[in-house]
Amino acid sequence: MWTWFYKLASPPAVFRTAGRLAPWFLGAAALAIAYGTVDGLAFAPPDYQQGDAFRIVYVHAPSAWLSLFAYVSMALAGGIALVWRIKVGHAVAAAAAPIGASFTVLALVTGSLWGRPMWGTYWAWDPRLTSELILLFLYAGVMSLRGAFEEAARGDRAAALLAVVGVVNVPIIHYSVQWWNSLHQGATVAKIGKPAMAPSMLWPLLAMLLGFMLFYGGVLCMRLRGEVLSRERQAAWVRELMQARSER
Amino acid sequence: MSRVGAFAALRLVVVRELKLAFRRPDQLLQPLVFFLMVTTLFPLGLNLRLSLLREIGPGVLWVAALLASMLSLDALFRNDAEDGTLEQLALSGHGLTVIVVAKTLAHWLVSGAALVLVSPLVATALAIPVEAFPVMAASLTLGSLALSWLGAIGAGLTVGAKRGNVLLSLIVLPLAMPLLIFGAAAIDRVIGGGDASGPLYLLAALCTFATTLAPFAAAAALRITLE
Amino acid sequence: MNKPVLRIPGAFIAVSWKTLNWWFQLIDFATIVAMETPAELEVEKVHVWRGDRHVLKGVSLTLRAGESLHVAGPNGAGKSTLLRVIAGLLRPEQGSVRWVGRSIRDTPLEFQAALVYASHEPALKGDLTALENLAIGVGLRREVGVPELRAALERTGVAACAELPARVLSAGQRRRVALARVLASSAPLWLLDEPFTNLDAAGVRLVTELIESHAGQGGLTAVVAHHDLKIGGSARRLDLH
Repeated sequence: MWTWFYKLASPPAVFRTAGRLAPWFLGAAALAIAYGTVDGLAFAPPDYQQGDAFRIVYVHAPSAWLSLFAYVSMALAGGIALVWRIKVGHAVAAAAAPIGASFTVLALVTGSLWGRPMWGTYWAWDPRLTSELILLFLYAGVMSLRGAFEEAARGDRAAALLAVVGVVNVPIIHYSVQWWNSLHQGATVAKIGKPAMAPSMLWPLLAMLLGFMLFYGGVLCMRLRGEVLSRERQAAWVRELMQARSER
Repeated sequence: MSRVGAFAALRLVVVRELKLAFRRPDQLLQPLVFFLMVTTLFPLGLNLRLSLLREIGPGVLWVAALLASMLSLDALFRNDAEDGTLEQLALSGHGLTVIVVAKTLAHWLVSGAALVLVSPLVATALAIPVEAFPVMAASLTLGSLALSWLGAIGAGLTVGAKRGNVLLSLIVLPLAMPLLIFGAAAIDRVIGGGDASGPLYLLAALCTFATTLAPFAAAAALRITLE
Repeated sequence: MNKPVLRIPGAFIAVSWKTLNWWFQLIDFATIVAMETPAELEVEKVHVWRGDRHVLKGVSLTLRAGESLHVAGPNGAGKSTLLRVIAGLLRPEQGSVRWVGRSIRDTPLEFQAALVYASHEPALKGDLTALENLAIGVGLRREVGVPELRAALERTGVAACAELPARVLSAGQRRRVALARVLASSAPLWLLDEPFTNLDAAGVRLVTELIESHAGQGGLTAVVAHHDLKIGGSARRLDLH
């Protein structure tokens, strides 16, 4: 019953499928991001409190969302690879980690840039940004654990388990940091992220979110191809592929 | 032939670990000395601004305890893995989870519980009032136990790695940040005359959560690195 | 008024207890059946990759009660790997290991109780005495008294070292203590990885004798050794390359 699944998860099939999907993802991402950027930066009305400074939300919010989404997808792929011993899952997790970490860095940088006009300082231990920072540490742990073993397969599995443990911890960290921040809140500081947004502001944000997701999918496919190739470098199909390429 | 039950096995391994620990008293004392030393660094670094010290005391105490616990964690499984005894324990017919529970509890007794015992010394030096000592002991007990469980996962994951100790801290410390938040907040509140039960309950919840799940995660980690 | 309310949980407890008991009996029965089935180890088409290296390429073997198997082959042929696969420490990518007809993955703890594995290292704690090392190594498997452990040390010729910490023992003595653990474990299946390392001629003779007498009592032994072995009885040889 599961044979079709294993066939689909076989490295050559994944390599081909990822290669086919990547341009579609990236193309759609370019469209969505282009619309979001133009509408968000040029046409959406300025915020009544923050003026034009709020427009960084169009980069900040999607990257913060993607940082979490990439972590969960990494843990999911790793968990599947761990339980059902599907090696491609490790390749997906390994491909996803640096992308997710990059989104985390982007969210941190844009968040502190946003903080400058809002709080007068780049870093004010805002709970969301603090959680984001801890998430970056989690990424760092997973990525360095993967590379810490002589045997690549062992590093893969250890990193997968750590990612799963991290996913269980992410909500705990999130809520404890919120609780921590609520302790010593003096004058109400404006928090990043708006609960209610005017539709004219919201549409470009949703477009950016969609665009970032598609971009993640596209880059993941491309990185996955690289991962699969380097992991399968001894396999016959990779040699044949390389031979075919060099003859062409 | 009578098989040995899980609790008998647990006791045997705990006794073995304690024996091993007490035959190397220097390794037992080093984290404690480190704990005292780190807390000494703060008054020196703050140029004796004691009012400042009084304010950051709980945080300093907790950070120092966290770092000191990290020191001894690396050896939790590494020694046994290097001399081959971990394989023997893994094949003893009790399952790795029982072994992990026993080793972690024993480790907590000689590291976490020891930290709790010397914490009044450190607290006095950090100008934490005596009235806060019970809450401090409770927060350190719960926190260090939860940390031992998290540390067991980390130690299990890094036992076969090339460079262990820094990696272990890198993995475990982010997971341990909620413990630090609640632990230090509990002491903070009681010093400020408030009610510390909220953060203590949260800490107890985290500790229970870790105690329930971490043994399985740590056993899975060990299984990966034993292969 | 209260009675029916009380009776329902009472009945519930009684029924659950009976069901539980029934399951326990079934498990006991399964164990008895397993014990009465002649001990047999089957390894079927085991494949192991280490990174890019295909270490075990479809190894199969059968070991029955009273048999000994010498696993031979050059360095890197996967002798130790095979032993670790049999012990259940290493999960093969393909193939299976069965003990008394059941996969060792299904009943790992029962299988572990039936086997004793002596790794490449003597697996002793330097800070514990030889006797303490045995007490934990054997004591986790079955309840055992000190006299019996001393007798095992006596048999392997290191009775004099019983109270010494393992770290002061010579490599050969440590190997003999490890052998005493194998002997005292009273497990039917012995997995020995290079048990002759650091042993003198008398020690080599001792190990062969132990394997032979184990086989004589219906035990099974798989022994990894890179040199030639002369084991009496029904000893076979498996060459890996």
